[in-house]
Amino acid sequence: MKKPIYMDYHATTPVDPRVLDAMLPYFTGKFGNAASRSHSFGWEAKEAVDKARRQIAELIGATPEEIIFTSGATESDNLAIKGVAEMYAERGDHIITVATEHKAVLDASKKLQKRGFQLTYLPVLPTGLIDLDQLREAITGRTILISVMHANNEIGVLQPIREIGRIARERGVLFHTDATQSVGKVPVDAGLDHIDLMSLSGHKMYGPKGIGALYVRRKNPRVQITAQMDGGGHERGMRSGTLNVTGIVGLGEACAICRQEMAAESLRLAALRDRLKDRILTRLDEVYINGSLEHRLPSNLNLSFAYVEGESLLMGIKDVAVSSGSACTSATLEPSYVLKALGVGDELAHTSIRFGLGRFNTAEEVDYVADHVIEAVQRLRELSPLYELAKEGVDLKKVHWAAN
Amino acid sequence: MAYSSQVLDHYENPRNVGSLDKTDPNVGTGMVGAPACGDVLKLQIKVNAESGIIEEAKFRTFGCGSAIASSSLVTEWVRGKTLDEALEIRNADIATELSLPPVKIHCSVLAEDAIKAAIEDYKKKRAANHQPAAGATGSGEPL
Repeated sequence: MKKPIYMDYHATTPVDPRVLDAMLPYFTGKFGNAASRSHSFGWEAKEAVDKARRQIAELIGATPEEIIFTSGATESDNLAIKGVAEMYAERGDHIITVATEHKAVLDASKKLQKRGFQLTYLPVLPTGLIDLDQLREAITGRTILISVMHANNEIGVLQPIREIGRIARERGVLFHTDATQSVGKVPVDAGLDHIDLMSLSGHKMYGPKGIGALYVRRKNPRVQITAQMDGGGHERGMRSGTLNVTGIVGLGEACAICRQEMAAESLRLAALRDRLKDRILTRLDEVYINGSLEHRLPSNLNLSFAYVEGESLLMGIKDVAVSSGSACTSATLEPSYVLKALGVGDELAHTSIRFGLGRFNTAEEVDYVADHVIEAVQRLRELSPLYELAKEGVDLKKVHWAAN
Repeated sequence: MAYSSQVLDHYENPRNVGSLDKTDPNVGTGMVGAPACGDVLKLQIKVNAESGIIEEAKFRTFGCGSAIASSSLVTEWVRGKTLDEALEIRNADIATELSLPPVKIHCSVLAEDAIKAAIEDYKKKRAANHQPAAGATGSGEPL
């Protein structure tokens, strides 16, 4: 077993060797600009880009013309939200999104708010899911866009996008979903799910970094967006800039592999995730699962280990790469806003760890990680004054803590 | 974040972990921080009533590695000191000793606060028992 063990696949993934093999020729021999119409170098590059467009479209139930290449999901989110807001500003000025969205969506929304748009940030239930009735009630005659992520990057909770898409369609509102964490992991279908715009990213699905795409629906309805960058008018005028051919080839191949292997891979990862969860939960008390386990990516586990601060736990499992929901490194000491939105108290939010399993994890690694987490939690609880108080029967919520 | 070797050493081999009997009149307990802020430090000192010297110190900490290291370090530093000497320990000394980065300075501040809180608790207990607080006003100088 190679160490350190990587179990942070929501942050990024390694490039699959098969993806790299597909990309390599386009760095040197086949280096053409896909926009060069006058020679074979350009044609070769365009052919590769067209193939990738088909591979991506097939994975998400789209047509190749509906795929707009970007630098990644952050750009896709910005292009979708700001692009729709600007294009449809005459029709309305109201946008609905959710408190647990990725910062790319939240900060793009805040920027629009400063420009005079009205924003509704829907709360979530303790499961992490939105309440569909609240969504229905939030829609007004001025609403132009609903942006709800598919899978959450911290807790892996899957929003009911098909129902959301149906509601949006019925009310004549465009629906954007940030599907960065879910594309290639669980089925997403732009047609069946009534999605009008969808963000996705290469490096979350074993493709390279620096490449992503925005799906923009062409029919029923035909969605238009205002370009956020001016230039040569590439990508049907929606995103200028010479195409990143190697990245695009990689993204296409990554999608093709996911399409082939998703069904088997998601079963394997769900089994590994449950193995990790069960091993930890049977050996430790007061461990809490954050967010719905039922509506969740098969590869995600987000746990709070009561009485043990997250960053100290990461230190205790130093040959395991996972991430902490506690942002103790920031000057504000703010814990995860996603966990807060779920109603997880600050004291438990500070004790959370996100495990993100992926393609190259093994059962042996899962056991190693579980055992090290258990050992570290036990050691740190011995060190914890809160665990000591709790064992004495003191209700920590009733203790008057001096503010610091 | 990369931790200093001093922080790693205290994290991996914390000194003086544990608890003293908080009902013992010679024991002072200081608990600072809050779970919601991600840091709680509990520091306990046992003072020799005759000499006014801190004979024993124990800690338990909920917090990041730097908070654990800061509290572990101060248990070493206060031992053998009079109360007045212990009160002279400054957070800057702790931060320097552990090479804490700026975002972790608050851990050293909490450790300094924990010393003050433990000493205050001890003095209060002594006052409540109508006994002069050892080491408080010139009596019980180090031998």
